[in-house]
Amino acid sequence: MTLREHTSHEFEAELTTVRRRILEMGRHVDEVLESSGEALRKHDSELGKRIILGDQQTNSMELEIDRLCLEILARRQAVAGDLRLLTSALKVVVDLERIGDLGVNIAERVVELGSESPLAFYEDLLRMMTTAREMLKEALAALENQDVGRASRVIDKDEVVDAYYTQIFNDVLNRMREDPDNIFRATRVQAISRYIERVGDHAVNVAERVIFIVTGNDIRHLSRMQRSDLS
Amino acid sequence: MESPESSPSRNEPATVGSSRVELHPAASLPGKTPALAASPKLKIRKLCFFYGKYKALHDVDMDIHDRQVTAFIGPSGCGKSTLLRTLNRIYELYPGQRATGKVLLRGRNLLERADDVNLLRAKIGMVFQKPTPFPMSVQDNIKFGVRLYEHLAGPDLDARVHWALEKAGLWDEVKDKLRQDGTALSGGQQQRLCIARAVAVKPDIMLLDEPASALDPISTQKIEQLIGDLKKDYTIVIVTHNMQQAARVSDYTAFMYLGRLVEFGDTRRLFTAPAQHQTEEYITGRFG
Repeated sequence: MTLREHTSHEFEAELTTVRRRILEMGRHVDEVLESSGEALRKHDSELGKRIILGDQQTNSMELEIDRLCLEILARRQAVAGDLRLLTSALKVVVDLERIGDLGVNIAERVVELGSESPLAFYEDLLRMMTTAREMLKEALAALENQDVGRASRVIDKDEVVDAYYTQIFNDVLNRMREDPDNIFRATRVQAISRYIERVGDHAVNVAERVIFIVTGNDIRHLSRMQRSDLS
Repeated sequence: MESPESSPSRNEPATVGSSRVELHPAASLPGKTPALAASPKLKIRKLCFFYGKYKALHDVDMDIHDRQVTAFIGPSGCGKSTLLRTLNRIYELYPGQRATGKVLLRGRNLLERADDVNLLRAKIGMVFQKPTPFPMSVQDNIKFGVRLYEHLAGPDLDARVHWALEKAGLWDEVKDKLRQDGTALSGGQQQRLCIARAVAVKPDIMLLDEPASALDPISTQKIEQLIGDLKKDYTIVIVTHNMQQAARVSDYTAFMYLGRLVEFGDTRRLFTAPAQHQTEEYITGRFG
């Protein structure tokens, strides 16, 4: 059920600003991931370097949302859903900032791979990236629309990303066994797949916070069965 | 920036195994008793209240827990003060007001008129919004109530005065002013004198009707501290317009609206994740 607006329009505007800034930051780190994926696909070291240099914007957005939340918490007596939003915002920005860092980490590995000929299995990495980005976008959409069902599906989708990781991990091992010359490239590919796997984990964290914001249920560390008992 | 050989993440994929964190019971803040530990002192059942023909309370069911603080909150006219005033039948002072249903204390319905209303008010003391010291000395304010219900005199009565003022956190401030007029004390001291007067007759339950709304922040803080101390011995019910005060001092909160009990439960839960939409809208300031 949708809540009506605050009797204090100023407070309402402040909460709206927090929501909007989180979504903006989410879209920004998704763009970082998109660029990293592009750099990986095109073996574009120059784009990788530009991504690394652009990390400051993500950090600024995190600091700005932190500052905004602290200011509101200091001035308002936030309770219930408002309190859950503000405290969750402080946590969600950490996940988003980490996703931004992971995008940069991917770019760093792309730069390292720049002069090397590509290994055959980059396609799996790109599909894995697409899935992780879908999770992030869905988590943000769940936040925007206060949609618990959508958030739950993000959590379930983490298994797909994990399965990609397992597959790539095993491929990497095989490549290294086949030819020691592959080791440099294979370890970079393995690292990139780890970063993408973590992007999925952070998207899950965001989705869990959305469920907390909307329902008040803290589902972190619960099994799927325990989660379904709550819903 | 990270090296490729990074440590495992929280949700580990299949290649590196997985672990599950055990759930811990909810942590409590100091002074906040876990809700399940409490037992009912008063049982309110199907309580209705009428101002003449106007029905101000509708079938209220609620348990007031022993040696816990229960706060009634809600917008003006919601029935929270009416409910409080019903618990010690103080409404009987006004013609045309009546209550139906039950308020059970140790299995006995307090609303039955056969009960001595004066004894009832000794068992269930009340402190009002505006401090109401009697125009007499500090110590006589305390002695007045005690003499109504007990045959205490001399040193025993003086000891009771000392005890009640200690309980109300006022002794150190007034021990040299016991013969001064109670109305000469500051507003905050007057309110604590009224609390001492209520405590002096050793009630089971104390009803506080907006006890700090006319006080400055420091006096308010003292009253809130006092409520925390008194609940070790007494069951306390407080009506307050100040939701943060309810959140700070109470163990249980009842949200009332239009004469109905909308939600009642553990204060920590009600102020972080209320079950009812109306409660959420009220406590977050979306109506009031």
